[in-house]
Amino acid sequence: MANENFPLIFERSKEGRSSYNLPALDVPEVKLEEELDDIYIRKTDAELPEVDELELMRHYNGLSERNFGVQTGFYPLGSCTMKYNPVINEDVIRLPGFSHIHPYQDTKTVQGALELMFDLQVHLEEITGMHEITLQPAAGSQGEWTAIMMIKAFHEANGDYHRDEIIVPDSAHGTNPASAAVAGFKTVEVKSNEKGLVDVEDLKRLVNENTAALMLTNPNTLGLFETEILEMSEIVHSVGGKMYYDGANLNAIMGYTRPGDMGFDAVHLNLHKTFTGPHGGGGPGSGPIGVSEELAPYLPKPVVRKNDGVYELDYDRPQSIGMVKGYYGNFGINVRAYTYIRTMGAEGLKKVSEYAVLNANYMMRSLEKEYELPFTQHCKHEFVLSGSKQKKLGVRTMDIAKRLLDLKFHPPTVYFPLIVEEALMIEPTETESKETLDTFIDAMLQIADEAKTNPEIVQEAPHNTAVNRLDEAGAARKPILRYQKEG
Amino acid sequence: MEFRYLPMTETDKKEMLDKIGVSSTEELFSDIPKEVRLDKELNLKKPVSEYELKKELTEMASKNANLTEYRSFLGAGVYDHFIPSVVDHVISRQEFYTAYTPYQPEISQGELQAIFEFQSMVSELTGMPVVNSSLYDGATAVVESVNLSVEHTKKKKVLISAAVHPEYRQLVETAANGKKLEIVEIHYKNGLTDLDQLEKELDEDTAAVLVQYPNFFGQIEPLEKINELIKQQKKTMFIVSSNPLSLGFLTPPGEFGADIVVGDTQVFGIPAQFGGPHCGYFATTKKLMRKVPGRLVGETTDKDGKRGYVLTLQTREQHIRREKATSNITSNQALNAVASSVAMSSLGKHGVKEMAKLNMQKARYTKQKLEEANLPAVFNGSFFNEFVIKLSKPVSDVNDDLFEKGFIGGFDLGKAYPELENHMLIATTEIRTKEEIDAFVKEMGDING
Ligand SMILES: Cc1ncc(COP(=O)(O)O)c(C=O)c1O
Repeated sequence: MANENFPLIFERSKEGRSSYNLPALDVPEVKLEEELDDIYIRKTDAELPEVDELELMRHYNGLSERNFGVQTGFYPLGSCTMKYNPVINEDVIRLPGFSHIHPYQDTKTVQGALELMFDLQVHLEEITGMHEITLQPAAGSQGEWTAIMMIKAFHEANGDYHRDEIIVPDSAHGTNPASAAVAGFKTVEVKSNEKGLVDVEDLKRLVNENTAALMLTNPNTLGLFETEILEMSEIVHSVGGKMYYDGANLNAIMGYTRPGDMGFDAVHLNLHKTFTGPHGGGGPGSGPIGVSEELAPYLPKPVVRKNDGVYELDYDRPQSIGMVKGYYGNFGINVRAYTYIRTMGAEGLKKVSEYAVLNANYMMRSLEKEYELPFTQHCKHEFVLSGSKQKKLGVRTMDIAKRLLDLKFHPPTVYFPLIVEEALMIEPTETESKETLDTFIDAMLQIADEAKTNPEIVQEAPHNTAVNRLDEAGAARKPILRYQKEG
Repeated sequence: MEFRYLPMTETDKKEMLDKIGVSSTEELFSDIPKEVRLDKELNLKKPVSEYELKKELTEMASKNANLTEYRSFLGAGVYDHFIPSVVDHVISRQEFYTAYTPYQPEISQGELQAIFEFQSMVSELTGMPVVNSSLYDGATAVVESVNLSVEHTKKKKVLISAAVHPEYRQLVETAANGKKLEIVEIHYKNGLTDLDQLEKELDEDTAAVLVQYPNFFGQIEPLEKINELIKQQKKTMFIVSSNPLSLGFLTPPGEFGADIVVGDTQVFGIPAQFGGPHCGYFATTKKLMRKVPGRLVGETTDKDGKRGYVLTLQTREQHIRREKATSNITSNQALNAVASSVAMSSLGKHGVKEMAKLNMQKARYTKQKLEEANLPAVFNGSFFNEFVIKLSKPVSDVNDDLFEKGFIGGFDLGKAYPELENHMLIATTEIRTKEEIDAFVKEMGDING
């Protein structure tokens, strides 16, 4: 591509062009100017672009060509489960009976939608081993916060107002402490041991009568199964605390074990990960939560019920924490997740986890000689390498990531989890073939070799992307956050 | 059963197990303690073929009365608007819909630039210089605005107009329990925020005042006067929740001194979808730029001087001060932000104004016709595309009868405002024809008569 800036849609604009085509004004016109106080009538028009339809389509096509999706190529972004997003899901959600229904229609007129929600809840209850599910949260982090608010309500209902601490492992995803903070809690960090697992002795020291909950993902963010999960659960429960499960890693264990069986009281799921919501460049997601019977009274309103074959929305829940999301959550993502579950069934979902885990272990064993592997046991669906060997040669993990761009891969997650130096977090997912994994492994080995023989080529990567490495510090120092017409 | 998303063959599996040095995949799960192992198959519905599944789901969808078959006068925060065909064609491109958060800007320029353009367009409409890349929806954007005001002013009292969307207010109440905030409701008078009560409640402990523009009853709040009251207090913030379509015609809140403007861009290119996903926007002043929740896209250059876009000002991205975060949002509604951007680009400078005016014209016609049918509006101020009428019987009965005739009637206000029993909130958008409106009014007259 020539060294030109790709135009903004505003820069394609020309006075007098348009691509809109609205229904005609077919009712007698009233003079709005006479009715409205002049001060409430806009004086200068909003400067939106003026483009014809072909120009508009070229613009967005051009943009899409400057973007990398799962159907473009391998996307092993750890912790994000970038699996294939089935196209049938997209057909189904576009059925008018799903996409064009209003949340305030009489429930008698939306029985199909409520049936789908109810059925999805039942399926997710079985998959997680939890007593009851709500689909309301819009994403994982909102699910975390919702569940923590329910745990708070539970403790307060027992008069335990002093429970103001949430324990979070040092390997946890950043949303965990953030969600706890937004819910009004202090977070206490529990350390990981040399095996990459929660240090149970440290946990024992940290729990006390102020413990509200432990937030944990299992497998954890290093891709390792917390083998002492039952002990941990017992330790937390013994002081009256609750166990919270971050379900972002559910893709590793479906059909093998369930958070409910591991002693968790509340769990959130990331439907846009495990259950193929299409991520959308950062959303929308959906973050249902499942809870134990004890926590169920606190579920957000409304709850979908089935009475004599009729589906209803139950708002009459005196102990509910209230509403957490407008209407009933991200229904559109829930339809996709349901479609996926109905495509796969129990056997299919178990195979998903089997192959996700097989793929991850295969890659891990293929890379462990050239890249430092800090934890050597079998991993679950993802694993974390360290670029520390390459760092000694002057090649940073970010350089490795950028070099992968040249080789037509989306890089893994980098510099997370925080406890691994120069971390590279790789999650292949089950939808990738062995051939794809092999080409990626070759690319990683090639880069490891280049780091030794030709470090500049890595340090200066990428070499063939639409833009080169961008000045992020400059962007933050002198922020330009919107288009401004010149002159 | 074949699983078309799973490429693993028996040969692959064997080769890979050899490489790992185990004899079966079971060994890779041996770290899961026996006590927590699931020893049965999950009890889920049996999977079906693609053809059967589509049929099953199509049947389920057809049990819902949809807005393409029924003529709807229902709004109350979610609207039935024209969606240009270009929108779905753009967001159906897999590069947009299957990508994730643009962590690697060099191969995510498409997404980043589309969001930068979204920020620019919402900035134009709201009159605020800084806009984020989206939040879950209008309701959660309101919650984030309240949280930011509390954090910024270090005060705990927030005044919220009763004419703000009832669900938005409920969400604030839920969140306030976590932060132990004091939420004070300001009543409405003749469909507008009661300024006398507002003045009385406003004091030096007030972190923010929140109103909606146009408000839940469709009325246009006097933002100028509200701002004057607020500015008598030092540091109290002015938050406006606003329908961005209305801002094609109405003076933007930014010109009335708002500190934060939030709302939902569902009106631009996003189908109702039973209430989600929609797309919350969050707009604010330069002063608060570094406290904006969620993500911002900024312009910068690469080392050859070429223009490009990156995520920037990640003040509260969860790796920095993660236990002190004031917002926990990561996944947002990026795809719907792009959808809204495409719709706004398609409408453009003139279209957005024309669409706003069409809404106003058609709503006025509906109101006048209902008046002629002895169903006058109960609030008389200026309004956008929604207004309130009083019926002689329960709204649900009227809506049942309307439904029989192919209409989806208005919102039952008694559900959220007990004093407004038998009151209906009616929305008329640009896609309702004169014929449909006339037919609707006739039915309303007959049913209510
Ligand atoms: C481990 C983990 N927990 C929580 C989240 C938050 O989920 P979401 O982005 O849907 O809010 C993520 C993803 O970002 C994650 O990877």
